[in-house]
Amino acid sequence: MKALAALGIDVGSSTCKIVGVDESGELIWHLLEQADPRAEDQVQRFLKAAEQKFGPLKAVPFVATGYGRKLVKDAAKNITEISCHAKGVYHELQKPGTLVDIGGQDSKVIVIGAGGRVVDFAMNDKCAAGTGRFLENTAGRLHVPLEALGKTALSADREETISSTCTVFAESEIISLVAHGVAVEPILKGLHRSLVSRIVAMIRSVGLVSPLMLSGGVARNEAMRKLLEEETGEKVHLPQYPQLMGAYGAALIGLKNG
Amino acid sequence: MTESITIRGKLRYQLAVNVAGRLTLAFRRRRNERKTARPGWSRDVLAPPLKLSARMKELMSRHYLGGRYANGAKKVAWVTSGAPIEILKALGFYILYPENHAALCGARRKTVEIASEAENAGYSRDICSYARTDIGAVLSGKTPVGRLPRPDVLLACTNICQTVLYWYRVLADYFKVPLILIDTPFIYEEAHAHDVAYVKRQLEDMIPAAEKIAGKKLSFKRLKEVVRFSREASFLWLEVLDRAKHRPSPITAFDGFIHMAPIVDLRGEPVVIDLYRQLLKEIDVRISKGIGAVKHEKKRLLWDNLPIWFKLRKMAQTFAGYGANVVAATYTYAWGELAPMMDETRPLESAAQTYLHPLLNQGTGHKLESMQKMVREFSLDGVVLHSDRSCKPYSLGQIDQRDYFVNHAGIPALLLEADHNDPRSYSDQQAENRIAAFMEILEDSSNAD
Ligand code: SF4
Repeated sequence: MKALAALGIDVGSSTCKIVGVDESGELIWHLLEQADPRAEDQVQRFLKAAEQKFGPLKAVPFVATGYGRKLVKDAAKNITEISCHAKGVYHELQKPGTLVDIGGQDSKVIVIGAGGRVVDFAMNDKCAAGTGRFLENTAGRLHVPLEALGKTALSADREETISSTCTVFAESEIISLVAHGVAVEPILKGLHRSLVSRIVAMIRSVGLVSPLMLSGGVARNEAMRKLLEEETGEKVHLPQYPQLMGAYGAALIGLKNG
Repeated sequence: MTESITIRGKLRYQLAVNVAGRLTLAFRRRRNERKTARPGWSRDVLAPPLKLSARMKELMSRHYLGGRYANGAKKVAWVTSGAPIEILKALGFYILYPENHAALCGARRKTVEIASEAENAGYSRDICSYARTDIGAVLSGKTPVGRLPRPDVLLACTNICQTVLYWYRVLADYFKVPLILIDTPFIYEEAHAHDVAYVKRQLEDMIPAAEKIAGKKLSFKRLKEVVRFSREASFLWLEVLDRAKHRPSPITAFDGFIHMAPIVDLRGEPVVIDLYRQLLKEIDVRISKGIGAVKHEKKRLLWDNLPIWFKLRKMAQTFAGYGANVVAATYTYAWGELAPMMDETRPLESAAQTYLHPLLNQGTGHKLESMQKMVREFSLDGVVLHSDRSCKPYSLGQIDQRDYFVNHAGIPALLLEADHNDPRSYSDQQAENRIAAFMEILEDSSNAD
C-alpha cells in the first residue's frame, strides 16, 4: 500500500467525496457518498475510514472544498471548488484549457492557465436549469434511471425541442409531450440539448481556450459529452474520475503546501 | 393638493428642526463619537470607523427631520439624483431625493417590506428597486425617517436612466403636482453645442415654472452662490476620494458610499464643504500615521456600479478578510468628476454641460476608459463588477468591460450578481463563494509574477 501524503474533501450539494494522494500526487484512495444533511457527521465518518486504512492522520495535510467546506473544522485550509477543480484536472490531464464542471447545485466554466492556475471563471448559481438538477428532476418524471439518461437520449432518432429553460416549466412541458404520445428518447435528447446550450453560452462568456474538459457528476453522462462536442466543435476530454476532481485538487493543494 | 406656507408651519419647523432637533441630534452625535466599537465591526481586519461618520449621520438626520416638518414651512421638490437642483435650491425649496431615501431604506434593511407595498399594487419586480421602494413608501407611508414631505413639484432628469421618467409620472399622477422634465440627449462620443443649447433652454424654461411654485423670483446672485458651493463641495469630494491613492489607502470605497450622501442630497449648501474639509483632515491624519482602512492591505480593487446597500459592512469585511481593500468606485467618483464643468459665471450653460455628462448618460466605452484610468491611478490589482439586477443602464456593457480587463489587460475581474437594494436578488453564500474564488485568482496571479 502506498503511503498517504495528503487528503482532500469535497463537501458538495449532492455528494460528498474524500480523496487521498501519495507523495507523487497520485490518487490512491477515495470515498464517495450521497450528501448527508448532517455534513459534519459525514466528514467525521470519512476521516475515521481514512484513519482505519492509513493509521493516524495527524501529520497528513488536509484541505476542504465544496459548498460545505467551512463545516470541515479539521481541515488546515479551505479552498473554493473553482481552484480545486482546476488543480485536479490540470494535474491529471497535464494541459491548460477550458474546464466545464456541471455539479448538482451549480455549473461553472473555468479557464485554466499554466500550472493549473485559474485565469477566469463563470458560474451559474442562479438557476437550476443550468445544473445537474435539471436532468435529475426530469429523469424522475420520465422514470428513467439517472445512469441510463445519456444512453437513452442518444438512442433517439429525432429530437423534441424543449423550449423552456426553467426546470419547473420544463417538467410541465415534458408532461404535456408525454400526454401527446411522444416517446421518451426524443424528449430526453431535447432536454440534454437545452442544458448544453446554457453551458455553451457560459463557455462563450469567458471565451473557449482548447482543449475542452469536463468534470463533475454529469460528466459521466455520454449524451452531455456528445452534444457538447456537437455544439462547440471541440473534442471533450475527461479525467478518469470526473466526480472526484474537486477533492483531488484539494488534496494536491494540501500536498504542495504540506 | 399642495400646502401653502404659513407662519405656523414656519414656526413649527423652526422649533422642531432648528431647536429641538438640533439639540437632540447633536447629543446623539456626541454619544456616537464616544463609541469606539460598533456591532459587527471586525477590528481584526478593518481600522475603526471614521470619526466623522457621526457628524455625517447628524447632518443627514437633520435633513430628513427637516423633511418631516417641511410642508407648511417650505416648498418641497422631489428630484432624481442627477437633476439640476441649483435653481430650486436658490429658490429655497426643500429638496428630497427618493433614490437616497430608498438607499437608506436598503441600508436599514427595510426595502423588502416597503417595496412589497408597490409590488402588491402591481409594480413588477423587474422595475428598479429604488423606484419600487419609493413608490411603496408613497403608497404605504412606511419610512424609517418618520415621514416624507409631500412634494409641490417633481423634477426628473433623464441623464441617469429612463426608469425615472415613468417613475416620476407615477408620482405626478399620485400627488397631482407638476412634473418638470429635463431631457438630456445621450452622449455617444461627445456633447454637441446643440445638445448643450437644448438642455440650457429647458433650464431657462424651468425657471418661471419653479418661480411660480416658489412664489418668488429667482435671484441670479443667489444662484451663482449655490453653483459655487456645489462646485467647491464636488472638488473636495474628489479630493477625499483621491486620497485612496495612498498605500495603504486611508479609506475604502465603502467609506465613500457611506459619506457620499451629502454631496448628493445637500450639494449647494455650505455645510457640505465644511463636512468634507473635516473629513479630509481626518483622512490626512490617517495618512500621516500610516493607518490603512484595511489593516493588512495586500490587494487593491475597483468597484463598479452601485453598492449593495444592505450588505455594505459585510462586503467591506469580506474583502478586508482577504487583505483586499476596495479603494475606488466608479459610482462615488461620478459625484466628483464633473466638478470642473461647474462655473458660477455661466450658471445655466455650465449646468447644461454638467448635467449632460453623468457616467450613465455616456456610452459604455467612456465608462471603460474611466475604469482603465482608475486602475492606473489607484494602482489596482483587480476589478469587481457588481451586476445590478435593478440598474440596467449601469450594468449594460459589464460583460465586455470584464472581458477587456481579463483578456486584454491581464487584470482579474469578477462579475458579482446582486441588486443594490433588493435582498431577494442576492445570496450570501453565492456571493462569498465567488469572492473567495476571485481572491484565490488574485493570490495566485501574484505568486506567478
Ligand atoms: S435604474 Fe439605475 S439609474 Fe435608474 S433609478 Fe434605478 S438605480 Fe438609478
